Amino acid sequence: MGEFAYVAPRSVADAVGVLQDHANNGRRAQVLAGGTDLLVQLRGLDKAPRTIVDVKKIEETNRLDIGGDEIYIGAAIPSAILNENEELKSLLPGLIESADLIGSTQIQGRASLGGNLCNSSPAADTIPAMIADRGICVIAGSGGEREVPVEDFCTGVGTNVMTGDEFLLGLKFPRPPANTGDAYLRFIPRTEMDIAVAGAGVSVTLDGSGTCTAARVGIGAVAPTPLLVADAAAALVGTTVDDEALAAAGAACSAAASPITDKRGTVEYRRKVVAVLCRRAGAIARDRALAA
Amino acid sequence: MSKMHIRTTINGDQVDFLGSPQQSLLDALRDEVGKLGTKEGCGTGDCGACSVIVDGRLVCSCLMLAAEAEGAEITTIEGIAEGDGLHPIQEKFLEHAALQCGVCTPGFIVATKALLDRNPDPDERTIRYWLAGNLCRCTGYDKIVRAVQDAAQELAHEA
Amino acid sequence: MAEAVDYRYVGTSPVRPDGVDKVTGRAQFGADQNLPNMLHGSVLRSPHAHARIKSVDVSKALAMDGVHAAVSGADFPSVQSGEVGGEGGGDVADIAKNVMARDKALYHGHAVAAVAATSVEIAERALDAIEVEYEPLPPVLDVVEAMAPDATLLDDNCFTKNLPEKPDKPSNIASVMVLARGDLDAGFEQADVVVEGEYRIPMAHQGYIEPHACTATVNEEGKATVWCCTQGHFEFRAMTSKILNWKIGDLKFIASEIGGGFGGKTVVYLEPVAVLLSKHAGRPVKMVMSREEVFRATGPTSGSVCRVKIGAQNDGKITAAKAWLAYEAGAFAGAPVMPGAMSIFAPYEIENFLVEGHDVLVNKPKVAAYRAPGAPQAMHAFEVALDDIARQIGMDPLDLRMVNAADEGTQAPYGPKFPAIGFKACIEAAKKHPNYTKPVPEGAGRGVAAGFWFNIGMQSSAEVRINEDGTVIVMEGNPDIGGSRASMGLMAAETLGVPYEQVKTYIGDTESTGFCNVTGGSRTTFATGLAVVQACEDIIAQCKSRAAATWGMDDDQVEWQDGQAVPAPGVNADVSPLSLADIAASAPKTGGPILGRASLNAQGAGASFSVNFGDLKVDPETGAVEVLSFTGIQDAGKAIHPAFVEGQMQGGAAQGLGWALNEEYIYDADGVMENAGFLDYRVPVASDLPMIDTQIVEVPNPSHPYGVRGVGETPIVAPLAVASNAVRDATGVRINDLPLSPPRILAALSND
Repeated sequence: MGEFAYVAPRSVADAVGVLQDHANNGRRAQVLAGGTDLLVQLRGLDKAPRTIVDVKKIEETNRLDIGGDEIYIGAAIPSAILNENEELKSLLPGLIESADLIGSTQIQGRASLGGNLCNSSPAADTIPAMIADRGICVIAGSGGEREVPVEDFCTGVGTNVMTGDEFLLGLKFPRPPANTGDAYLRFIPRTEMDIAVAGAGVSVTLDGSGTCTAARVGIGAVAPTPLLVADAAAALVGTTVDDEALAAAGAACSAAASPITDKRGTVEYRRKVVAVLCRRAGAIARDRALAA
Repeated sequence: MSKMHIRTTINGDQVDFLGSPQQSLLDALRDEVGKLGTKEGCGTGDCGACSVIVDGRLVCSCLMLAAEAEGAEITTIEGIAEGDGLHPIQEKFLEHAALQCGVCTPGFIVATKALLDRNPDPDERTIRYWLAGNLCRCTGYDKIVRAVQDAAQELAHEA
Repeated sequence: MAEAVDYRYVGTSPVRPDGVDKVTGRAQFGADQNLPNMLHGSVLRSPHAHARIKSVDVSKALAMDGVHAAVSGADFPSVQSGEVGGEGGGDVADIAKNVMARDKALYHGHAVAAVAATSVEIAERALDAIEVEYEPLPPVLDVVEAMAPDATLLDDNCFTKNLPEKPDKPSNIASVMVLARGDLDAGFEQADVVVEGEYRIPMAHQGYIEPHACTATVNEEGKATVWCCTQGHFEFRAMTSKILNWKIGDLKFIASEIGGGFGGKTVVYLEPVAVLLSKHAGRPVKMVMSREEVFRATGPTSGSVCRVKIGAQNDGKITAAKAWLAYEAGAFAGAPVMPGAMSIFAPYEIENFLVEGHDVLVNKPKVAAYRAPGAPQAMHAFEVALDDIARQIGMDPLDLRMVNAADEGTQAPYGPKFPAIGFKACIEAAKKHPNYTKPVPEGAGRGVAAGFWFNIGMQSSAEVRINEDGTVIVMEGNPDIGGSRASMGLMAAETLGVPYEQVKTYIGDTESTGFCNVTGGSRTTFATGLAVVQACEDIIAQCKSRAAATWGMDDDQVEWQDGQAVPAPGVNADVSPLSLADIAASAPKTGGPILGRASLNAQGAGASFSVNFGDLKVDPETGAVEVLSFTGIQDAGKAIHPAFVEGQMQGGAAQGLGWALNEEYIYDADGVMENAGFLDYRVPVASDLPMIDTQIVEVPNPSHPYGVRGVGETPIVAPLAVASNAVRDATGVRINDLPLSPPRILAALSND
């Protein structure tokens, strides 16, 4: 048990130290980034005391590096800041759109890619986009740093691969090669403020003739975890990403989905709509690749 | 339960208060600092009634810990009016009858201030999407959007 | 139509007197009242939708540090059955059991016990220490299943009311009602086309942004003062008095500013509990609901099943109409099925009709009034069926409505003959409206529907005081939920002939002003406005009398013109006119302070009709609906403050569209609401809506000096069917049920 406490370590080592100490002593610690999920949870039924470890004061969680080969986005950078970065937006427009879709303007001021990922909701908007963009999670822990592909990060609804002494430092993305485009679309009943009923992120790379040489498709809200859909990508590679190829990719998404019926949508609805979203996002990604 | 000493700047004044580690900024503003103009409509970031500006960013104060506000500059609805007069945004909300019950109004005005500080000439779509996190159940938003448009014009004229 | 009258202040839209406080954060709403030494109250709520409460033990909670009071049903007196309150009041014995469950918990979230402690956190922990023994019972969640003879009963003592003979078995059908006229069979025989359908709408919430809140303090003499957000503090006082068996005179209620109500704040939830906790603790107690509590335990309006059959001739004339309505009352009787049945055919002159209504108990929260209570559900069904009639006979939907439109002299289905009404004027205005004459945008559909609400009068009081400098104070007792202070000020300014800026309007507490029924039923500008006008007329009579005395004339030799006393025409006198300020300045010499008053039970509220239409676009691949445009046309009688009238029309349109498209109570099989928050109870956000165009039609109400009709409720009625009819027009597929959520639309399109 114990009391509620709040700590804001200034270094990775300090943060890991706090987490390790809690893990070793059976005390509860909860990592805080933007807090837009965590504070809602604090109001919920589980009001048990814990130490809230705010990782926003750490340099590595706030760093944004756009390198020649690789882009690094600190786990705690608010979406609003990413969205204001024109270079990032031009390189990974689909990813930034997905971050921009999380909640309201107010939420944008706090919510981060890292928080969205670590909350590990099946409906998280940024995760399919990060999967499509070949994101890699950089995780810090008592054993040092390790890297995990985004598609392998979530293990179930609200669970992920991190252990009690670990936290997410940031995300790495390969800098997209020439003629690459990405896009993310989700479906919600209103125009804003809802949780995705289905989502699809697509990245395609074209050659000089407009033929797709590489593709990635991630889908969300249609399975216990966001999924990388290899069959959907395979349907696009070698094509000009035309309507027929997009329809095949969409069908692969429907096939990969194992959705549930809940207050936000039905099994049938999600299966259908994830295909529509994949098709539409694929067309946008293709057009971006052609324009790039 | 042990409390934390938190030092902030609120509407230009240095404000120190004691808050508990899990207390939201909203609860601290209302219960510790007496800024009752910031309203709670949901407590889960879905209505925007508790909107404040923290270090230049619009946030829901219900989704931020008071402890996170250490060292922050905060603007609440009480800090919008200028001197002894209303801010043009406030004037325009009144002129356009952009409020009925008025409980969402502080949040809308703070959110509008954050918008116009950043984008002095937003189109209707931009206004509607920027304000999508602020629920109003009375007006259907029409008169709010017009008030924001008119305030933007007024501010451009003043500048 | 009556001739237009030129007014100086009425019909203008000045800034409201409470405006500055509301844009600066200074206005005090329900949760903003803090008192020294105050405790925080919290409510323990039933985790079962239906259960017998075998025992409640609060002793462990009471023993905790920081806990100063704990109460449960056993601490409340038993309450005699009886009506209380205005719109949405209901039986006070039921309200008492809704405020605190006694032998049964009747919905998930039903209050079972409450505590007061030194902090919210301690209060919440104390709730966990309360021991309640439940015997869970099967929940009754579907209105049609609830009506079955073998259904599980919510109340073993509920015998259906209004049957020809008292039934010998109890039932979940609390009451039935029938309205009929003419010969239904003959009417259907005359029909060239007949349309029949069943239309289902789930429960929906008022969705006011301010959660219920109150602060109560009981002093050593046993006198309580209660601050709360309410649509009617006099009725809250009356309910609390009956629920606690306290004298009215021992309870003082002060209405805070109110952050929306839409009917949902016409009934008490927290107030009697806070008074009792404060009495036990000897300290002030504040109680504020969470948003989740608001959804689970307050409001909503009835879910409904409506079956409608309409027969019409090829020229559009409706020959017969039949309706069967079943409304969910929630845990206690009182669904607004009567007003639903009374309104369903109200816009039309129909010779042969029959409507049967059923008020049905289910294990869901007790419904409260919601803007035109009962009308949107029933009228949705009828206006949708009427749209199908128009399609079948190939007639413009406005023309069809015009053929059948009620007018002055039409006998309303609920009895009386209409005086001057504006329905035909609304249809004509719609027909000419540029939004109607323009083509429907590509990919969209256009829906048309009519709306109606009775409006009510009821009791109001007002006082008008003249300050020494001639400025005016209006004091009345209706919480200002949408700018009514400004409307009162305008009517006072117009009547007295003084500038609006000289008038200030205040809302008094239960001890500083006379009784007023709730701010509800669209009655405030009409009825309380009437009291304000009469109180101003009282002032004028007194001023004339004082001027007459000053001038040495008889009272009838003085007239009141443009805010001044002047000699009547033909009276020969060399005197200067005396303004209100002049008379006020000399008041000490002419009889003392000037105070006018009026109290009344207003009659002749005047029904308000509307015609709405909108263009909605449907994404055939996702079922998403986009509202491209929406136009509301409504008879306001006379718009005192046109901007606020437009605001009512726009706000009602937004609520109606939300209800039509996305809002619904979603329950699991155990009767637990799955979407008790603004995340998944999806009210429209700013980016969901276009500008909402309005046109105010003015056919003056003969029962009000300025012609006012209530306007607040009618606007929510038509948008439901507008949305259904537009989606039908856009897709070619008729979807009877609401909401028109994307999964429902896509499923319907796929079945086609």
